[in-house]
Amino acid sequence: MRHGVARFVTGFLALPVALYLFYVVWPFAQAAGYSLTDWGGYSDTQNFVGLDNYVRLFKDELVRKAFWHNVFFLVTLPLITITLALFLAFLLNVGGRGNRAGVRGVFGSALYKVIFFFPITLSLVVIAIMWQQVYRSDDQGLINGVLMKIGLVDRDNPIAFTADPEPFLGVPAVLWWLLLIAVWSGVGFYMVLFSAAMQSIPKDIYEAALLDGASRVHTFFRVTLPLLRDTVAVAWVYLGFIALDMYALVFVMTPSQGGPNHASEIFASVINFTAFQKGQFGYACAMAVALAIFTMVLAALQLRITRRDRIEL
Amino acid sequence: MSTVTQAAGRPARAGEPSVTRHTPRPGRRGRGLSDRIWGGFSHLFLLVWTVMVVYPLLWVVMSSLKDDRQIIEQPLSLIPHGLHWENFARAWGKGHIGAFFLNTVLVLAGSVTLTMLLGSMAAYVLARYEFRGNRPIYYMFLAGLTLPIYLAAVPLFKGVYNTGVVVPPLGPNKHVMLILVYVAWSLSFTVFFMHSFFRTLPTSIAEAAFVDGASHAKVFFNVMLPMARPGLISIGIFNVLGQWNQWYLPTLLMQSVSGEPKHQVIAQGLIELSVNQGYRSDWSGLFAGVTMAMLPVLAVYIVFQRQVQAGLTAGIGK
Repeated sequence: MRHGVARFVTGFLALPVALYLFYVVWPFAQAAGYSLTDWGGYSDTQNFVGLDNYVRLFKDELVRKAFWHNVFFLVTLPLITITLALFLAFLLNVGGRGNRAGVRGVFGSALYKVIFFFPITLSLVVIAIMWQQVYRSDDQGLINGVLMKIGLVDRDNPIAFTADPEPFLGVPAVLWWLLLIAVWSGVGFYMVLFSAAMQSIPKDIYEAALLDGASRVHTFFRVTLPLLRDTVAVAWVYLGFIALDMYALVFVMTPSQGGPNHASEIFASVINFTAFQKGQFGYACAMAVALAIFTMVLAALQLRITRRDRIEL
Repeated sequence: MSTVTQAAGRPARAGEPSVTRHTPRPGRRGRGLSDRIWGGFSHLFLLVWTVMVVYPLLWVVMSSLKDDRQIIEQPLSLIPHGLHWENFARAWGKGHIGAFFLNTVLVLAGSVTLTMLLGSMAAYVLARYEFRGNRPIYYMFLAGLTLPIYLAAVPLFKGVYNTGVVVPPLGPNKHVMLILVYVAWSLSFTVFFMHSFFRTLPTSIAEAAFVDGASHAKVFFNVMLPMARPGLISIGIFNVLGQWNQWYLPTLLMQSVSGEPKHQVIAQGLIELSVNQGYRSDWSGLFAGVTMAMLPVLAVYIVFQRQVQAGLTAGIGK
């Protein structure tokens, strides 16, 4: 029997682990090795430089900038997406008429859910190309075009969107415009998620709250939200991962992939810029290792914070 | 009247967050007015968001039917002058969208199947069997969730290139290679997800099967996998969407090394189409390409929306 178990376990693990080791772990291990060298990426010469690349990292202006931009997305994306999704889910579920069957979903809530979910099915590339057209800086763009028509935007001075490095609330405007796209594409999914969680809350809890004369808003903050804690926490973790991976948007939407003038650099774009344009592959690897460590620490923290005993419903 | 018994006897249906019917409540009349205000308020906001979601999509679809002149002269209009289906023909043929589609479907057919099979096998063993090395292997898979893909770019390409010299189908610009790479890169999340799923499944049925003399593999394929169906559906949808969206890996690996034509997948192809746009400016063709990449997925979603929504949210929200 024991022997059979060992054979079974090995048999089931062999192929997935082999694939994973070859295509994921081995490239990473090599990259970690390169991070200790001054390898340029194409030449054959590489010298061992120890931790020099890592020391340089802390003095690099561009890296520091990218780091704060990542932090910006890490804070704003979950916060705004979750707030908006909760709000819409709340409207969907308790915004309807209460006179006949207590608190219930608004008329057409199923249809709203179908529509709000649309962006999830779109590939990020499709979303990026679409928004490129929405954001065009002449009268052909959807937003500029409409605003010019109603006279809110001057024809000679259109909104530059993702080509706008001017700070807004201390953060380059281009980042806010990218954030809008990310929020637009994410809200629907989390709204459906929260909505499902809200519907799994037993109805007698609401009944009791209503009998006590609690208002809807009250009920939401005192009953619904605490019971959604776990779901919101999970959503936060997922959005955190998405926030760290805004690269596709930066790649497609911003001038020279991180521009204008490095205003929208994030870690990923700096890594690519350093490795493939500046030809400092060793240094780029050091950045990536630093990012990986940062992400892992963050993920561990998030998992630790969100792992609590579940409220049994 | 038996309203109370009626209400109590009616099992609460899922998807109906209502309190029991005819519950007497204080302030009934005031609530009627507040209901109406809430209702109006809700619809107002929900409609605003609906417009924000639908309008850009509709605009892209409608623009794909305009000719280039109308796109320039009336960029905002949603009504095309005549239906210019030739935009689609041009994008499908000259824009190579047709070839992109074929490549994507070929790759995904292999990669999603293999990801699900290998991922749930690994997750099952890691979740249900105690052995030395279990935790390290599990954490190794987990770590992959946090690693930035860009870091691996150059070593990965070198590895693929060198393998291709020995085993040609595993070299750059080959479907089989891309399938294996997709599987490897999707394993982290699949294992992570299915691991927690297998943990929650009851053990009693598997034990009963063991008592009946079933082998380990048989228990997995005939008992555990069917029980894990909801989880498999969720992660399957995840993987389909994720791999359909993948653009970085194909951009890196589906390069032509010896001058042969590239086997681009859809996301990669569209990016290249849009980046090259500046020189050719075939706007209607680009809109048509985006429409073709978007509508099939949207159509599948609308048909299966219930399963997709339930599958995706059940997976995460559990």
